[in-house]
Amino acid sequence: MRIITLVRQVLDAEESVRVRGGAVDLEGSKLVMDTMDEYGVEEALRLREAASGETPVEVVALAVGPERAEESLRTALAMGADRGVHVVTNELLDAIALSAVVAQVARGEGADLIFCGGQQADWDSQALGAATAERLQWPQATWTSQLERKGSTLVGKHEVDEGSETFEVQWPAVVTTQQGLNEPRYPTLPNIMKSKKKEIRKQPLEAFGIAPRLKVLGSEIQVKERKRKILDGKDASAAAAQLVKMLREEAGVVA
Amino acid sequence: MILMVAEQSNGVLSKSAYELAQAARQLQGELPNFGEVTALVLGSGVAAAASAAALLADQVLVADMPALGQYDAEVWASAVAQIAGEGEAQVVLIAGSRSGREYSPRVAVKLDAPLLEDVIRLQCESFGEGAGVVLRAEHYTFLSRVTERIETQAPAVVVTVKPGSFVAAAAGTTPAEQLDVDLQLPQKRLKVTGSIQEKTGRIGLTEADVVVSGGRGVGTQEAFAELVEGLADQLGAPVGATRAVVDAGWRPYAEQVGQTGKTVQPKLYVAVGISGAVQHLSGMNKSQCIVALNKDADAPIFKITDYGIVGDVKEIVPALIAELRK
Repeated sequence: MRIITLVRQVLDAEESVRVRGGAVDLEGSKLVMDTMDEYGVEEALRLREAASGETPVEVVALAVGPERAEESLRTALAMGADRGVHVVTNELLDAIALSAVVAQVARGEGADLIFCGGQQADWDSQALGAATAERLQWPQATWTSQLERKGSTLVGKHEVDEGSETFEVQWPAVVTTQQGLNEPRYPTLPNIMKSKKKEIRKQPLEAFGIAPRLKVLGSEIQVKERKRKILDGKDASAAAAQLVKMLREEAGVVA
Repeated sequence: MILMVAEQSNGVLSKSAYELAQAARQLQGELPNFGEVTALVLGSGVAAAASAAALLADQVLVADMPALGQYDAEVWASAVAQIAGEGEAQVVLIAGSRSGREYSPRVAVKLDAPLLEDVIRLQCESFGEGAGVVLRAEHYTFLSRVTERIETQAPAVVVTVKPGSFVAAAAGTTPAEQLDVDLQLPQKRLKVTGSIQEKTGRIGLTEADVVVSGGRGVGTQEAFAELVEGLADQLGAPVGATRAVVDAGWRPYAEQVGQTGKTVQPKLYVAVGISGAVQHLSGMNKSQCIVALNKDADAPIFKITDYGIVGDVKEIVPALIAELRK
C-alpha cells in the first residue's frame, strides 16, 4: 500500500499577516507545515505502523510549491515519511489546478490513499481533497476525525453539516483531515538526522501542463472598525446595566 | 442560465437558498443575457421546499428521488453536473455549507470549470459568445484575515457562497414553473454506518442572529453550563465554544467556532471568558457587533470588541442575565 500525504508550507497562525503591493508578503515571516497536513502525515505513519506483518506501507510526502517548500517536506521526512516528491513552481496554483498535479503524481506513484488537509490555512480552501478524488474517480472522506484500516476498508468518523457520521469506505480513496484525528509527533533528533539522507524527487511544474484559471487581482486586510468601549467590571451590576443599555440603545442588537 | 442549488433540510428550504437567490438575481441584473435563474432542489420528499424555491427562481427543477434521501458528495456532484451540463449553465451557485464546499469541487472538475470558493461578493464583468463569462469575486484567505479579490473567465464557473454574505431574497408572489427531472446517479461509495446529530432545540450556530460562546476562562464545565448556556437562553441564542473547551471535553465539537470549527457572522457575538486566539477569531471576526467579557484587560479579544467588560465572568454573567430580564 502506498500513501501520499500532501504537505503545504503556510504562514504560522501566530504570525501577523502583512499585505504589500496588493499581495500577502511572507518575507521574514515564520512558515510552517499546515497543521491540517501534520494530521495527514501522522495518520499515514500510524497506518504504516499498524500494518507491520501485513502488506508493507510506504508513505510518500508530496509538496507543490517554491524551493522553500522543501523545508516542510523535510519536516514530514523527519516525522517518518519514507521519501518526498517536490513539484517545484513559483506559480500560485488554486485548489482545482493543484488537484490536477496531485492526481497525476498519485497515478504515477500507483498510490492507494491520499491524505490532505480539510482546509488550507493560506487559501482558506476546502476544495483540494474532493477535486483530487474526482480526478482520480475515487471516493472521499472529508473532515475525518477518526480512522482505522480493516483490510481493504477504511473505517472512520467525520464531520458533516449538523453533527458527525461514522463511515466505511474501500480504498483507493482521498481522506481529508480534521483536528482530533491524532496528535502529530515531533521529529526526534535521530529521525531528523536520518531524514537528511531520504530521497526527495524534484520535478518542474511545467511537466504537468497545468494552466490555473483564477487570477488574483489584489489582497487587503480589511479591519472592521470596532467601538472598543470597555467597561470596568468591579461593580458587576453597574457594568451589566450600562452594557445592556448600550446594546439596546446604541447598537440596537438586543430587544 | 444561472443554476442555483437550493439546499433543503428535512424538506424545508434552507436560509442559504434565499441568499443564493439574491446573488443570482444580482448577476442576472448585471447582465440580462444570462437568461433564467434556475433553482435545483435535490432530495426525497421535497415538495414543500420546491414550492418555496418556486417563489425565488424563474424555473425550478426538482429531483425528488429515494436515492437522494441522504446527502452524498459523489451523488450530489453527479446530479448538479448533469443539470448544469444539459442546461449549459454559465454560473452554478452552491451554498458554502460544509456539504456544499465538499461536493462543489467535484462539480467544477466534472464541468472543467474554475471554482470560486466561499465568496462574499460577486460581480459579473462581461459575458460574450465563446469568451465565456468573466466573474470577479471577493473571499477571505489566511484564516479570514485577508480579503482577496479574484477573477476568472470560463464558459462555466462554479461558485460557493459564504453563508450570511448576501441578504436573503424576498420571496415573490407568483410561483415559477416546477419541472421534475430524472437523473442517472452513481452508487454511493462512502457508506454511512451511523449518524450523531447535534441534539439541540436551539437554532443552528451558522444561521443565528445572536451567538454566545465560552472559553476556558469560564473556569469549569459546570460553570460553562450555568453561565454560557444561561446567557444564551436569555438571548435565545445557540452556544459556541473555543477549541480549548472542546478539547477539554466540556462541549461537543459541533459547537466549536473557529478555524477547524464553524464560521459564524451573527448580528451579536458574545464572547465569555475567551482570550481570542487567532484560530478562534477567524471563525467570528466578521460578526456585526462583538461583546467580550474577560478578566484580563490585555486579552487579544478586546482589540476586536465593540463593547466589553473587564471582570470576573462568574459575577458579570449573572448580573447581565438579571439586567436582560428587566
